[in-house]
Amino acid sequence: MSLAHASRLARREMRGGLRGFRLFLACLALGVAAIAAVGSVRAAIDAGLKREGAALLGGDAELEFTYRFASEEEKRWMLTRAQNVSEIAEFRSLATVGDDRALTQVKAVDDTYPLIGTMELSPDIPLAAALAGENGKPGAVMERALADRLGLSVGDSFTLGTQPFHLSALILREPDSAASGFSLGPRTLLRRTALENSGLLSPGTLFDSKYRLKLSPDTNLDELKSTARAEFEDSGMRWTDARNGAPGVARFVERLSAFLILVGLSGLAVGGVGVSAAVRAYLSGKTETIATLRALGATRATIFLTYFIQIGTLSVLGVLLGITLGAIAPLILAPLIQARLPIPTSFALYPAPLAEAALYGILTAMTFTLWPLARSEDVRAATLFRDAWAGARRLPSWPYLVVTMVLVATLVGMAGWFNGSWWLTLWTLGGIAGALTLLGLTALAIRFMARRATRFARGRPRIRWALAAIGGPGEGAGAVVLSLGLGLSVLAAVGQIDGNLRRAITGNLPDIAPSYFFVDIQKDQIEGYTKRLDDDPAVSRIDSAPMLRGVVTQINGRPAREVAGDHWVVRGDRGITYAAAPGARTRITAGEFWPADYDGPPQISFAAEEAEEMGLSLGDTVTVNILGRAITGTITSFREVEFSGAALGFVLTLNPAALAGAPHSYISTVYAEEGAEAAILRDIAQTYPNITAIRVRDAIDRVAGVLSGLAAAVSYGALATLLTGFLVLIGAAAAGTQARTFEAAMLKTLGASRRMIAASFVLRAAFLGLFAGGVAIIAGIAAGWAVSTQVMETDFAVIWPSALLIVVGGVAATVLASLGFALHALNARPASVLRARE
Amino acid sequence: MTTPSNAFVFQLRDVALSLKGNAGAVDILQGISLDVQEGETLALTGPSGSGKSSLLMVMGGLEQATGGTVTALDHDLTALSEDALARFRQGRMGIVFQSFHLIPTMTALENVATPLELAGARDAFVTAEAALIDVGLGHRLTHYPAQLSGGEQQRVALARACAPRPAILLADEPTGNLDSTNGAAIMDLLFDLRDQHGATLVLVTHDPTLAARCDRTIALADGRIA
Repeated sequence: MSLAHASRLARREMRGGLRGFRLFLACLALGVAAIAAVGSVRAAIDAGLKREGAALLGGDAELEFTYRFASEEEKRWMLTRAQNVSEIAEFRSLATVGDDRALTQVKAVDDTYPLIGTMELSPDIPLAAALAGENGKPGAVMERALADRLGLSVGDSFTLGTQPFHLSALILREPDSAASGFSLGPRTLLRRTALENSGLLSPGTLFDSKYRLKLSPDTNLDELKSTARAEFEDSGMRWTDARNGAPGVARFVERLSAFLILVGLSGLAVGGVGVSAAVRAYLSGKTETIATLRALGATRATIFLTYFIQIGTLSVLGVLLGITLGAIAPLILAPLIQARLPIPTSFALYPAPLAEAALYGILTAMTFTLWPLARSEDVRAATLFRDAWAGARRLPSWPYLVVTMVLVATLVGMAGWFNGSWWLTLWTLGGIAGALTLLGLTALAIRFMARRATRFARGRPRIRWALAAIGGPGEGAGAVVLSLGLGLSVLAAVGQIDGNLRRAITGNLPDIAPSYFFVDIQKDQIEGYTKRLDDDPAVSRIDSAPMLRGVVTQINGRPAREVAGDHWVVRGDRGITYAAAPGARTRITAGEFWPADYDGPPQISFAAEEAEEMGLSLGDTVTVNILGRAITGTITSFREVEFSGAALGFVLTLNPAALAGAPHSYISTVYAEEGAEAAILRDIAQTYPNITAIRVRDAIDRVAGVLSGLAAAVSYGALATLLTGFLVLIGAAAAGTQARTFEAAMLKTLGASRRMIAASFVLRAAFLGLFAGGVAIIAGIAAGWAVSTQVMETDFAVIWPSALLIVVGGVAATVLASLGFALHALNARPASVLRARE
Repeated sequence: MTTPSNAFVFQLRDVALSLKGNAGAVDILQGISLDVQEGETLALTGPSGSGKSSLLMVMGGLEQATGGTVTALDHDLTALSEDALARFRQGRMGIVFQSFHLIPTMTALENVATPLELAGARDAFVTAEAALIDVGLGHRLTHYPAQLSGGEQQRVALARACAPRPAILLADEPTGNLDSTNGAAIMDLLFDLRDQHGATLVLVTHDPTLAARCDRTIALADGRIA
């Protein structure tokens, strides 16, 4: 029989409308819409970043140096190529008002800042006027958060180092703020010339210098970048240009949206369960029609095609609905999203993310509908006289299994290709498949156990009826456990990961983390500084080390990136120290540390774990560029370095003679009782105004703040999944209404009261919710463990409050959905129900 | 045929039933007055739509009469709430339907045990098993309704109705969905069980032969006793 014939049959069948397919459409549309919306927002941010690249960067290109300003040669190179150059220095310092101090990220600018874009201030005055100062004090502007923290108003004074400043205005908008990325303190902006007498920015101070170039429009950025890299990369120069003005933000948005799309895919998988259930229910209702068609001579292929065309058409409709929603929602919410993001966005209709979402939708729909569709082939003409599915195969025939596998492989391939991280994609989709399998097996186990348990519930009719309904044929226990369980699993996983991340950052703080990091301690200050703290009985430990920063440029004479790939040690500049002897807590794992009086060729002690990851061995040579000078040393030992717990940790330690003469400062961690922290800060800051203190608790709070924002975004994604799960659950409850109504009518006929019947309905829902929640906890804990220990390399502990909330939520959701539909069943008169079935 | 006692199990006075449909109210029963004695077997006959099944539903308390009074075993069914009606049926009334109406999620044994449990029987499952053995289904105890033939399902329904030894048995065309052989077997079983327990039987049927097996026959037409 031809395709045309099947199409005609399909068209006739679909004349009945979409009544039974609202759930099908909702599940598919919601999943596709979530993915399309995330993709559209990502595209809007990408477009915004591209459009505003130069303004975000503060120039057409930027050359950044660590710890030093550009040399005369480097400045000459810039001036000959650019129309204009702006020099900026960024560092951390303490803003002081009386005895009150707060960490701030200082940006010291020249007259040309900002090269591109404008600074918005309150009051609305030009930046030049604001920085000019008053009453002999240079001017400065700062973020409102910092002014509020210090109790400052415009017109007041504050001190940085030893230099007093006049607060001329508050910063409303800093055009290039996104390019700076994450900072530990709010911004203060001032003229670099005002720092001459501040004691800050002296040699060895930790600061970054940035040179923004305004280029002629016909400049070939690629060519200029290659030239700059060839000439200056070994001197520690880092290049950024307007094509990707805020690379940190772009990378962050890309990763977050990739992850959110994967969460969206899990939502689509939940929707898939609903889609599958809807198709199953539809085909069950069509059994008689199919059997009649078979009796009239329709072949298996015709039957399959007839329903494939119907389901295919509906899938396309659901996907279209989804991408329409996913495209429109971000446009409607654009003002809200824009107001919450510190970066520019350009909301519009972007076809690429919509196409991506549509492809996911179609593939998911096909994957989840193929099996129930395949079963339509099993309906024989004899079904007209016998139970529909009695004796039908559980699995479809092998061609369908092969096609299903191909569909799943295509889905995985597409997801990996689109979001760029195969590893994350395989973990996530593997996790979804694992959770689905676990839930499927659980559904089978629940039914088996329920059947067995009915024996023990004799004499307790409410429990027995509930168990019979779960374990008996035809009940949607599988759909409920799968849909709700998968939604709850995603939520449980997010809860466990988030909780463990927070615990890793904030947990056990007093035991392992220092109170303060002090940076920029000058050589002539370290002795006095150490004595002040040694004399303090509240201080339990001080670790101090010389601190330099350098770029690993070569390994064994070859470019470092060629040898170590994209390992974080060769990405950007790293902290480097020198020591005459290993520290008291240092454990040498291989080789030997140099003698205390060693002054031969440079030797390096390298962090053992990182060395192993980079493939380094004893005897290898490593070249580091420190302040423009290349130093090549031989690795003579490996050390165990602990980077967690906020302790001091250096990947590279050199012998002292290797760094003789290099200007540097000291970095120090202080472990003190919490009550003594304020006094320590006051004394150190008063005695050494140039020293910057970073309170670890504040830094951790700031990191935790960023993380909670991230966790919120992921939770929204997980909630969309749960919402789909709830929809499927409602669908399953609705699909069971007829059966429950009959059951209630029959039980009433046999003498049961409505209260008894309602109790059995509640018990049934609670059992299913409990199991779905229980499996979700197992899946969530497994996923949380995998991500915590394998991805984030932190310890893992089960966050029980979050886990228990999932179970309670699971039970509440199933009971609510079930009771919502049970009311009709309970109130229906037995006679009318039974008459309708005669 | 058995000799009925003089006590009335059912007393119906001027019973009316009208149901609201899309085209307005439809009068199903009009002014039915009827007494049924204890131990009596009564056949309700009449053409389709005459109201005989509805009358049986009203007598069973599954449908509330919209007029008149229905007294069963000295209880005024028209004054009872839905739950009170359910409680009234416990152990007193067994009902057999044309479409069997077994609960599909329960095995044969569980179906039969359910009314016994509701009636507070301590040995519900032992009694249920015995009842199934009585109807020849000792080998089908753990089968679900979908795994049974129509005849077997109706035998389970019979066992379910009779197991609590109710004073009243109501049967609504119990052979309507069965072939003649199965139908005859089911009727023999029904009458045997009734004879064993001495219950009052009200039977709706189209079949004059079946009606003839009852003590009395009442014919209905257009919702009235003809």
